[in-house]
Amino acid sequence: MVTVNWFIWLSLTLFMIGVFGFLTRRSIIMMFLSIEVMLNAVNLSLVSFSYFLNDLRGHILVFFIVAVAAAEAAIGLAILIALFRNRQTAQVDQITEMKG
Amino acid sequence: MPEIFRTQLMVVLPETLLAVFAMAVVLLDLVIRKKSVLAGISIAGAAAVFYSLFYTQGFAFNHMFVADGYGIFFKFIFLVSLVLAVLLSNKYLSVEGVNHGEYYGLMLFATVGMMVMASASDLITVYLGLELMSLSVYVLAGFIRHSARSSEAALKYFMLGAFASAFLLLGISLTYGLTGTTSIGGVASYLQLHGLAKNPVLILATILYVVAFGFKIAAVPFHMWAPDVYEGAPTPITAFMSVGPKAAGFAVIGRVLLVALGSMSFEWSTLLIVLSILSMAAGNILAIAQTNIKRMLAYSSIAHAGYALLGVIAFSPEGLASMMNYLLIYAFMNIGAFTVVTILRTEGMKAEELSDYEGLSKTHPLLAALMLIFMFSLTGIPPTAGFIGKFYLFTAAIKAGYTWLTVVAVLMSAISAYFYLRVVMYMYMKEPAKQLEMAKSYGARFALLLTGLAVLVIGILPAGLIDMARAAIIDFGS
Repeated sequence: MVTVNWFIWLSLTLFMIGVFGFLTRRSIIMMFLSIEVMLNAVNLSLVSFSYFLNDLRGHILVFFIVAVAAAEAAIGLAILIALFRNRQTAQVDQITEMKG
Repeated sequence: MPEIFRTQLMVVLPETLLAVFAMAVVLLDLVIRKKSVLAGISIAGAAAVFYSLFYTQGFAFNHMFVADGYGIFFKFIFLVSLVLAVLLSNKYLSVEGVNHGEYYGLMLFATVGMMVMASASDLITVYLGLELMSLSVYVLAGFIRHSARSSEAALKYFMLGAFASAFLLLGISLTYGLTGTTSIGGVASYLQLHGLAKNPVLILATILYVVAFGFKIAAVPFHMWAPDVYEGAPTPITAFMSVGPKAAGFAVIGRVLLVALGSMSFEWSTLLIVLSILSMAAGNILAIAQTNIKRMLAYSSIAHAGYALLGVIAFSPEGLASMMNYLLIYAFMNIGAFTVVTILRTEGMKAEELSDYEGLSKTHPLLAALMLIFMFSLTGIPPTAGFIGKFYLFTAAIKAGYTWLTVVAVLMSAISAYFYLRVVMYMYMKEPAKQLEMAKSYGARFALLLTGLAVLVIGILPAGLIDMARAAIIDFGS
């Protein structure tokens, strides 16, 4: 019998993979991808909660998250392109104009 | 008029109106060459929205959105910071060579997002408002496209903001899985009914909320983005986002932690005490080492988030009212200080280093006097508003039994005097080294007048404001 716990552990594992990727990767594109993995891990948990609770709110929130994540990706890539035009790099260790 | 207009759409009238103004500004940008007209339309929009706030009351959209006194007070703070930041912007943007109309549209959209956050009575609405605000502010932070520092600020803000909102979502998801609802009132009554206060999943969710909101209010240890972003972003946007998104974060903290997780108050207040002490200590101590005034004000804003958290930790109506009171006062004094920085930015001069302020009292006595008032107010010296704000916060914390925490806060604000008064020392006790010019901007001068007056008037006659805040939270959480 597949219980809700299976999905939640899967979702938490995916989320931690995302967190780990975000913290260890140095390429901004890979960091974006890690954030997407985290968001989709949350989506998975919301959908499974929604299914096991017989309630639609989780599904609704997932649609919102998908839409917002698309907007977020568009804005993030736009910012990255603006930065790339100024600095010719997409590695976070080289973006050190300001520190302290 | 159909029933739905009266009962539902009237409640979201301010947000709808501001969103309409935002879209109108973006469209009018195509036909209007003179961008100051767009600034005028934005301010007119803010005035109309302010007027419409008085006509909203009650719940809308199946209890996902609520217009109560608490939300309306916060919306007032957002509109104040919007108007002041718009007043600063026009001249600054032409100096930087990025006077585009989208700027005002994005600012209005960010304010709509904050207003939705302040009025959210469902976790879904919290998330949507937060994202609308954040996505607009990310773009605004990188608005000077040809500047590497501005783009870098936007990227850092974006990366950490998106990372934090994933934590918020996981918290929402766990709360939803546990209680079967996302409504803030529903979560509160479910937790009370089933006595889930010690549930480990709920504790995890509480931690995730504190992390996510800690990022938004720039509390230590989630503050890493703030100094870089404040330094790199256009100065009017720095002024705007040091007040607006921070106040919006506090508004949501009030809704989610105080109401939805009210039965978990021991857990989150323990976390917030740590955050508050760390913010006050790190903010004030690191600010001492700064030579760039925007960066110094960034660390100061981290410290101020620490003070304002005292009002949340107190977990009493008095604490909540003093927190709201403080955030409004903070809007005036902080934007005032940034106005001085903005007004000194001219074609030939950046005027962001502390040494640029040497001898300002000789060259621009009135400007120096106003900067003195703002610095005194940020330190918390009477008779300025900053003193009143801190006074009510500390009183509320002591009444709630956190005397030792208040002592820490007072000690930390004594440290803060060092770097605030250093600016005053540079202005008044040194000879002018460079010839600074004031930008010829009537908007910025008007903003200076407004903020200076507000800081003094609230400092001398504080009773009206705190009474307003107390009256605003009478129906809070019902």
